[in-house]
Amino acid sequence: MEANEFVVRMEKITKIYPNGIAANRDVDFAIRKGEIHALIGENGAGKSTLMKILFGLEQPTDGTIYLNDERVTLSSPLEAISKGIGMVHQHFMLVPSLTVAENIVLGMAPTKGGLFIDYKEAVRLTREYSEKYNLFVEPDARVADIAVGMKQKVEILKALVRGAQVLILDEPTAVLTTQETVELFQELKNLKEQGFTIVFISHKLKEIKELTDRITIMRAGRSVGVYDTDTISEQEISRLMVGRDVVLRMDKPESVPGERVLCVEDLHYINEWDKKMLDGISFSVRQGEIVGIAGVEGNGQRELVDILFGLKVPDSGDAMIDGQSLIGLPQARIRTLGVSYVPEDRMTFGVAQTANIQENMVSDRFSQKRFNKGPLFNMKSLYDESDKLIMDYAVLCKSRSQEVGMLSGGNIQKVVVAREFSSDPILIIADQPTRGIDVGATELIRNKLVELSRAGAAVLLVSADLNEVMELSDNLIVMYNGQIAGYFDDGQWDDVMMGEYMLGLKRQSDEEIRRACHA
Amino acid sequence: MFGQFFQTIFQADFLFIIIRITAPILFAALAAVISEKAGVANIGLEGMMMITALFGFLFAYWTQSWVVGVLGAMLIGILLGLMMGFFSFKLKTDIILSGIAVNMLGTGGTIFLLYMFTGLRGNTGALVSPNILIPTIDIPLINKIPILGDMLSGHAILTYLAFIFVFVMRTFLYRTPLGLKIRAVGENPNAASSVGVSVIRMKYIAIAMSGALAGLGGAFMSMYYSQGWNQGMVAGRGFIALAAQAMGRGEPVGAMFSSVLFGLAQAMKTKVSGLRGMASYNYLIEMIPYVVTIIGLVFYAVSIKRKARRHQLRPIKEKLQ
Repeated sequence: MEANEFVVRMEKITKIYPNGIAANRDVDFAIRKGEIHALIGENGAGKSTLMKILFGLEQPTDGTIYLNDERVTLSSPLEAISKGIGMVHQHFMLVPSLTVAENIVLGMAPTKGGLFIDYKEAVRLTREYSEKYNLFVEPDARVADIAVGMKQKVEILKALVRGAQVLILDEPTAVLTTQETVELFQELKNLKEQGFTIVFISHKLKEIKELTDRITIMRAGRSVGVYDTDTISEQEISRLMVGRDVVLRMDKPESVPGERVLCVEDLHYINEWDKKMLDGISFSVRQGEIVGIAGVEGNGQRELVDILFGLKVPDSGDAMIDGQSLIGLPQARIRTLGVSYVPEDRMTFGVAQTANIQENMVSDRFSQKRFNKGPLFNMKSLYDESDKLIMDYAVLCKSRSQEVGMLSGGNIQKVVVAREFSSDPILIIADQPTRGIDVGATELIRNKLVELSRAGAAVLLVSADLNEVMELSDNLIVMYNGQIAGYFDDGQWDDVMMGEYMLGLKRQSDEEIRRACHA
Repeated sequence: MFGQFFQTIFQADFLFIIIRITAPILFAALAAVISEKAGVANIGLEGMMMITALFGFLFAYWTQSWVVGVLGAMLIGILLGLMMGFFSFKLKTDIILSGIAVNMLGTGGTIFLLYMFTGLRGNTGALVSPNILIPTIDIPLINKIPILGDMLSGHAILTYLAFIFVFVMRTFLYRTPLGLKIRAVGENPNAASSVGVSVIRMKYIAIAMSGALAGLGGAFMSMYYSQGWNQGMVAGRGFIALAAQAMGRGEPVGAMFSSVLFGLAQAMKTKVSGLRGMASYNYLIEMIPYVVTIIGLVFYAVSIKRKARRHQLRPIKEKLQ
């Protein structure tokens, strides 16, 4: 194999962020000229960081990058662009009020006499590239008015006009409808025929099989293998992607499920870009059990949780707590029904960062009678309550009046959890409750979840951490593409099998899935 | 009384006054437009006008040249703009706070500076001479037309410049690469920087231009409108200009129409207070320009809200189809 057939070679790339998190460790990554190369891995596996390094957005802590066998440093996107690398971000980098042509020439606008923009030339340039590469766009339309699929084409054209030879597409199909995806694949194949090299970041196996030539699989910041897409089975990819070294099993008492607390019936939700995010979800959660929801992020879990806590309204379907529908209710009302919620984004939805610990801990209950004396707070009872919670949940802090934002991630999460778990909930919705926090806090939160469920609460646990859902759940739902792909109530699951359901390789029969309703 | 009122209003002289009063507001409104386009809220316009008004006058007095005075006012405006930019873009102060700082500097600092440079307290009445005031020009041909001539001819050079700048600004924003970059930065800085446009540089350019325009407004006030500098002569025009910018949807021509509306309100105030029997309502009459500003902003807010609602409804409707 000749070395110079690689347009890009990244060798021993290591990236350690200032906070100590290693996003990439000794990653080797090479792309051949004129191929479509898939980069696949779970969320947090380090794909995006690696590509940000290649596009000059991040600097590697260690390692070297070669472009056409020439060693380079890429200190900014501008430099990467000038060396022929273009990136299409997942969130579009477009200015809505400008026209398509204006967006394409932004920063390099052609001029008449050096002073005024030659708009006709900008339109001509857009048309020329649009026709040459078969990417249909309307040069005169304002970006605010065009569909997502066309916005993506504008982004691709932006890169091509600037001379990109290597195109990085970061999960391009995540925002597209099925029809738009088909179109995009046709366009990408066409670009490949014209000699362009494409890096395709995704975690959808079907798409990768259909489109790409080679594949690099990443797991936990490392590259775990490079394969020709033809020679590796989808099962094998799934195993490499999610496979892990040790699976810890938690010792927990047997669950004795009681009455159904939460009933979800046939939820449908289409997001603002007309993408079906929930497509007929039905299940129930009973007293005394932990139901886990596993799945690759972006398969509808976010929307499901938002609907259950009143942050979104579904297009159809219902969700009920003890027989009462919670659709359209404000959060305070949902809470009084006995629902508590540990949000994924604790800094935005979990705490008020500049308020102190005591204030955050009672923020859901300060209006209760026992905390008030006439028009004033009964400070003593508020202090007692928060001191008790600080003790119970082992929050490491100087005092109850310390600002929450100053605590470590794990202790902030303990504050959230202390509040949410101590309100005698009949249903706990825990969304990624242990993401990004230390082992001690993780352990405490998991133990509390089990304890509460065994005391009779219904727990719905959503997590992208496969280990966590597999360990904690009594019963397990796997979501794929806005649907339930499988329901498991026998405790007999392992990561390989989960991977196959999570990535859409397998799906249970409708009958088996219907068991999730316990009807 | 009303007969007397309408008599005064329907006179070429009244329209002349509107144009004259509008000019400084218009300069400041354009200053607000350019910085807002780059995503920078320049609430320091009031202070900028106070300070540049003083310096414009002083420069003109020292050199006995109105041209130097106007250019000096623009220069000071640019420096003030860059200073605000330095505090906000480099040292990361909130832009609103640096704006407030400039406004306070304008109220307190100018008195001090005036005393330091001239030994005078409160106003520059003693220093005024004809050659440091901005000259007026009669436009040939137009000044022969009966009513129109009285209205449009005989204004100060800067008055004409203010209205010309509306169209210069529009061309600049929509027809030049720099204008395109400034608009992109104001709307989606990430998009702009992803193609190599320097966000900070664009913001500096915009706030410097904003300062220069505020300088023209300031010079107009001290070197023509009030014929000398005195404390409190800007009288909220910087804030009224911000309202004009908002009501004009952030567009130069829109800001011009709003400025004319506010100019009309000011002119009315002057006229009405001059009527017989109005002396006892003095304070009430003083309110006119500010009341009009508030009413204008309410109309603006309502229309924006309606537009936003339509925007929200659209995707839902599409979904249903």
